[in-house]
Amino acid sequence: MEIFIQQLINGITLGSVYALVALGYTMVYGIIGLINFAHGDVVMIGAMMVTMIATTLVGSDPSMSAFAVLGLGLLVSMPLCMAVGWTAERVAYRPLRRAPRLAALITAIGVSIILQNVAMMVWGRNYLNFPQVWMPHIFDLGGARMSSLQITIVVTAAIIMGGLLAIVHKTRLGTAMRATAQNREVAGLMGVNINTVISAAFLIGSALAAVAGMMVTTYYGISQYTMGFMLGLKAFTAAVLGGIGNLMGAMAGGLLLGIIESLGAGYIGDLTGGFLGSHYQDVFAFVVLVMMLIFRPSGLLGERVGDRA
Amino acid sequence: MSRAAVKRSISVQTQVGVVLIAGVLAVLPFVLGMAGQSWVRILNFALLYVMLALGLNIVVGFAGLLDLGYIAFYAVGAYTWALLASPHFGLHLPFWMILPISVLLACACGALLGAPTLKLRGDYLAIVTLGFGEIIRIFLNNLNAPVNITNGPQGLNRVDSFQVGEFVFGRSQTLLGIRFTGPEKYYYLLLGLTLLIILICVRLQNSRIGRAWEAIREDDIAAKAMGINTRNIKLLAFTIGASFGGLAGALFASMQGFVSPESFSLTESISVLCMVVLGGMGHIPGVILGALILAVLPEFLRAAVVPLQLMLFGKVVLDPEGIRMLLFGLAMVCVMLFRPAGLWPSSARKRELSCVEKAGTA
Repeated sequence: MEIFIQQLINGITLGSVYALVALGYTMVYGIIGLINFAHGDVVMIGAMMVTMIATTLVGSDPSMSAFAVLGLGLLVSMPLCMAVGWTAERVAYRPLRRAPRLAALITAIGVSIILQNVAMMVWGRNYLNFPQVWMPHIFDLGGARMSSLQITIVVTAAIIMGGLLAIVHKTRLGTAMRATAQNREVAGLMGVNINTVISAAFLIGSALAAVAGMMVTTYYGISQYTMGFMLGLKAFTAAVLGGIGNLMGAMAGGLLLGIIESLGAGYIGDLTGGFLGSHYQDVFAFVVLVMMLIFRPSGLLGERVGDRA
Repeated sequence: MSRAAVKRSISVQTQVGVVLIAGVLAVLPFVLGMAGQSWVRILNFALLYVMLALGLNIVVGFAGLLDLGYIAFYAVGAYTWALLASPHFGLHLPFWMILPISVLLACACGALLGAPTLKLRGDYLAIVTLGFGEIIRIFLNNLNAPVNITNGPQGLNRVDSFQVGEFVFGRSQTLLGIRFTGPEKYYYLLLGLTLLIILICVRLQNSRIGRAWEAIREDDIAAKAMGINTRNIKLLAFTIGASFGGLAGALFASMQGFVSPESFSLTESISVLCMVVLGGMGHIPGVILGALILAVLPEFLRAAVVPLQLMLFGKVVLDPEGIRMLLFGLAMVCVMLFRPAGLWPSSARKRELSCVEKAGTA
């Protein structure tokens, strides 16, 4: 039972991060119907940038508080991620908006590779260690442990997601985004500036990615230029799980995927008699993805049909 | 005009050209061999990449299905050869048994992956195949405990080379008074098989199946309405592409004598995709050109970038591998933006991809 609760706590933490990244995929997909392969790499850039800044700050003043270090880190990494996301859309995706799907997808993969290799050139091939700025307080829950860091991650993610929902449902920009997602041409005829809306989707998604990147690197303590690939794949799975194009779905899908993955990794050894171990954790997301796409391509909360051409 | 008449109408120039190319291809390894056997090896890898690119071209170029995990089939082929012809299990089966097994296994993997996923729309398929490629690699990396099947990250070594009777492709031998080194023999083997694959591709493209693929690529729903069984035809593209990958993989294992999961990373899938995209999706000569350019490019980078940096900065600031991938990424973006049909496009593809008036599909 302790294992179950422990894995559940880990899963929810992980799931909050997936949800934040998944929102970026789902917003872009909902509006322009493109899987932005480079989104995971935007998260990676956020993580690497925060790590670099934190290392510098801690190196110059070891007594600095965790909030100051992370806050300053985010102050730099968030505009950087937003700039990267916006530029990618402006340079690589916008000219192809009316081109066949395959062209835009291949471009997105190209952007992802460019980002990865630029990051490798800037930060090197090795894992970067995140400095120990946060000494988490550990709470004991009947044998399971929960750290203050985990609580902070989950609460922060929840607040951000609440804010995003408010933006999308209460503001003019949000209305314009929803209109564009429903029908781009008609929204344009109604006076919505499509380009602004699409840019806004990329900017918001990238800002969320920066926060998610900071969470990942603080939580795991390491970051590397390839980390965005798996994270992106999982977040996309989360988006599909919840119903791509649906914001609530992305959040629910993220949490659910995090929990499935943690529980799966915790129990796979027992289930297979020790044949498969916890290093198969990454396989779960993929299995979930295939299952969802086969049996319910519209996702748990999705209204859109998966095979819309 | 009957088919015989078409054949007879081939011009003298074409015939001379074919003879010239054949002559160059026949003596190429000896010319390169003078500069060093490593160049013949690079040439062999270029031929392997041509096979892979042609296989992926069937899936991406002909049928328009984006497969991002193509290297998984290459891995299946390579590991099949390595497991059936190495001291790891003590098996040393002859090539005429392993090659068909490799190809069939790769085919089966293609069908297994394709059957549930091919009804999905294009971009979902891309993600699923991407995941599949990674999963295969995770399994290859971890299937060394509790039962040691793949020997984990260390990989399998001392793999048998290709052997026909007494004729061993891994060693130097003298035939008809000419001394053939191992890589030179492999070159002729690979060249023969590449030509076979090119022939299959050309014949497929102009066949009923090839036209069905083209129809699906251009419009899935319209193709279905015309009576094409889109699922089966897509599956056929997937399995044929996979079988080429399996064949190339088996040859890779035999030539290299060593396989490890590292050779089958996502980077490789992307490289092969880049070859297809750069050369011109769906156009066989273009794809071959793309594969040759991108297979030889890293060698030039290695030869040029490192000394240049040593000269300028006194140390290696950017390693050639990173530059190579960066260039691949840039090439993909730039080709899609400025020359969507590739460097050497086919006429049909050009027409389709440059169609700006086409209404947005979302």
